[in-house]
Amino acid sequence: MAEFRSQEVLYGLYNDEEILMDAVKVANEKHLEIMEVFTPFPVHGLDPLLGLTESRLHIAGFIYGMIGTLTAFLFMTWVFTSDWPAVFGGKPYWSIPSFIPITFEVTVLFAAIGMVVSFYIVCGLGPGVNNPILDKRITDDKFCLAFQTNGASEEEIETLNKFFNDTNAEEVSTKII
Amino acid sequence: MSAVVSKIREPLVTGSKTYHQITEDLVGPTEKTPSVEWIIGFIIALSCLGFGVFSIAWTIWFGIGSWDLNRTIGWGWDITNFVWWVGIGHAGTLISAILLLFRQKWRTGVNRAAEAMTIFAVICAALFPGIHVGRAWVVFFFFPYPNTRGPLWVNFNSPLLWDLFAISTYFTVSLLFWYTGLVPDFATVRDRAKGIRKKLYDVLAFGWTGSAKHWQRWESLSLILAGLATPLVLSVHTIVSFDFATSVIPGWHTTIFPPYFVAGAIFSGFAMVLTLMIITRKILNLQDYITIAHIESMNKVILLTGSMVGVAYLTELFVAWYSGYVYEQFAFYNRALGPYWWSYFGMMTCNVITPQFFWSKKIRRNLNWTFALSIVVNIGMWFERFVIIATTLARDYLPSSWSYYVPTWVEVGIYIGTIGIFFTFYLLFTRIAPVVAIAEIKSILKAGGNQYVGENATHHKEHAH
Repeated sequence: MAEFRSQEVLYGLYNDEEILMDAVKVANEKHLEIMEVFTPFPVHGLDPLLGLTESRLHIAGFIYGMIGTLTAFLFMTWVFTSDWPAVFGGKPYWSIPSFIPITFEVTVLFAAIGMVVSFYIVCGLGPGVNNPILDKRITDDKFCLAFQTNGASEEEIETLNKFFNDTNAEEVSTKII
Repeated sequence: MSAVVSKIREPLVTGSKTYHQITEDLVGPTEKTPSVEWIIGFIIALSCLGFGVFSIAWTIWFGIGSWDLNRTIGWGWDITNFVWWVGIGHAGTLISAILLLFRQKWRTGVNRAAEAMTIFAVICAALFPGIHVGRAWVVFFFFPYPNTRGPLWVNFNSPLLWDLFAISTYFTVSLLFWYTGLVPDFATVRDRAKGIRKKLYDVLAFGWTGSAKHWQRWESLSLILAGLATPLVLSVHTIVSFDFATSVIPGWHTTIFPPYFVAGAIFSGFAMVLTLMIITRKILNLQDYITIAHIESMNKVILLTGSMVGVAYLTELFVAWYSGYVYEQFAFYNRALGPYWWSYFGMMTCNVITPQFFWSKKIRRNLNWTFALSIVVNIGMWFERFVIIATTLARDYLPSSWSYYVPTWVEVGIYIGTIGIFFTFYLLFTRIAPVVAIAEIKSILKAGGNQYVGENATHHKEHAH
């Protein structure tokens, strides 16, 4: 969200996610370019309307997990076959079955940490981050639909205001963020 | 939302809540000054914690000889408490991960608190192996790190090391899962806060905005973490049971241990969730979010897992007899009729008989019964671990080394201390974070709110448009 800074935003607040979804449909019909939608909770069915493609976090998670699997298994193999071979209970040096629990745990650990860190990085979230907030009630009970109006003509702004009026927006405001 | 909801399904949120009211109800407790009950509870918890710290300091100063363990009984209250706490930790992940995969919407009412409980219970559990090794200041020897002793690596074939990996992974993943779920709710608290609280929640909320793309990624992350946490939670208690099952001690060396330990863990975990939630919902007035239906669902899980534990006990007895192996037979004879018969009796009564009361719907939906039985189950599951550990060790192969063991005040003190840690953290948690997941409750409102389900199912369609 680096390009989010110092933008003129015209946004409307809706009272219900169903009204918001209807508004998004209208905006799509009228080819209005939605900048962002903010909701207090995940609204199902909104992603396809906004044209959001599926998150690729799970692919990243799989890769992190595989790195964990290899790290754990190859490390234990190296320790017990080459660095410091030792016999435990008359078993072979390379005793694969007893490597399975740790390999599994490290796989899960790498996948989880990797995905969570990736999530915060791609979303631009983290301790000390203060993203601009359009309205404090967005995390409470308001559903926000925002348009970018940098360099928009009066006519275009008029269209947007009419759109908010037609789609039963509760409040319409502008903000420079 | 046009979710299909059965007409006979009970509402998950009662009191005809609006989104704003949900925020008010759930953020409210973090904004008010603490109640007298909270302050009294906190002082008691803190005193227990203080006594625990003193007992741990005593242990480290004088060595674990102060626990009266002996050559025969090398594991006593310490490992009993360790397994007990790890077990309690299991319910949180079961509720938040497994029930998420099974699309059980009732989990939203209790998952936040149950996950918090998991984290605090695992902290209590992890304490015991750390101090049991005697030299707590070199406890980092547990971890495989390059060292100047060779490098001499840890034994990757040892179940005790697997346990270290399992518990550390479990703690880390639970913490990440829990905190990621909390971020949007911290943002809700932040946007209502003023002054110094605003500064605190600004940091805690990580700059959350509620953008649609963020929500999409957040849901995707939650789902995958749930998918990872599900085999993880099953692996953790499986590996704890390996600590015993891979040994050659009669009574421990059994293949039934992994499933039996996992069922027992979920059983005790749900009992602890119930104990805490029944108090929490009353003190914080959350009856509309943690309804009797939630409590009944949890009681059903207790009934199921309790019966599994009961079947496991009987299977153990049968297999001991059927194996024809005298040492195994003696181990079980000794558990039931030996010097520690009272703990076996306590375990059988609390874990096998008590959960059977929950066949009755009236009892499942009765708060007093549920509360009392949940405490009985907690006690019973403590006895189970004590039976497995101390009773078995007291009578080993050689009668000349048979022994008896009674804990000292130091061991009891550390146990009380962990209860203190658990409740201190839990009470702080109820002040800092919303105890019920706000965003998740809002997202199920139209599928589970009492004004939208059952007889009122058609009502909202007329209203929404």
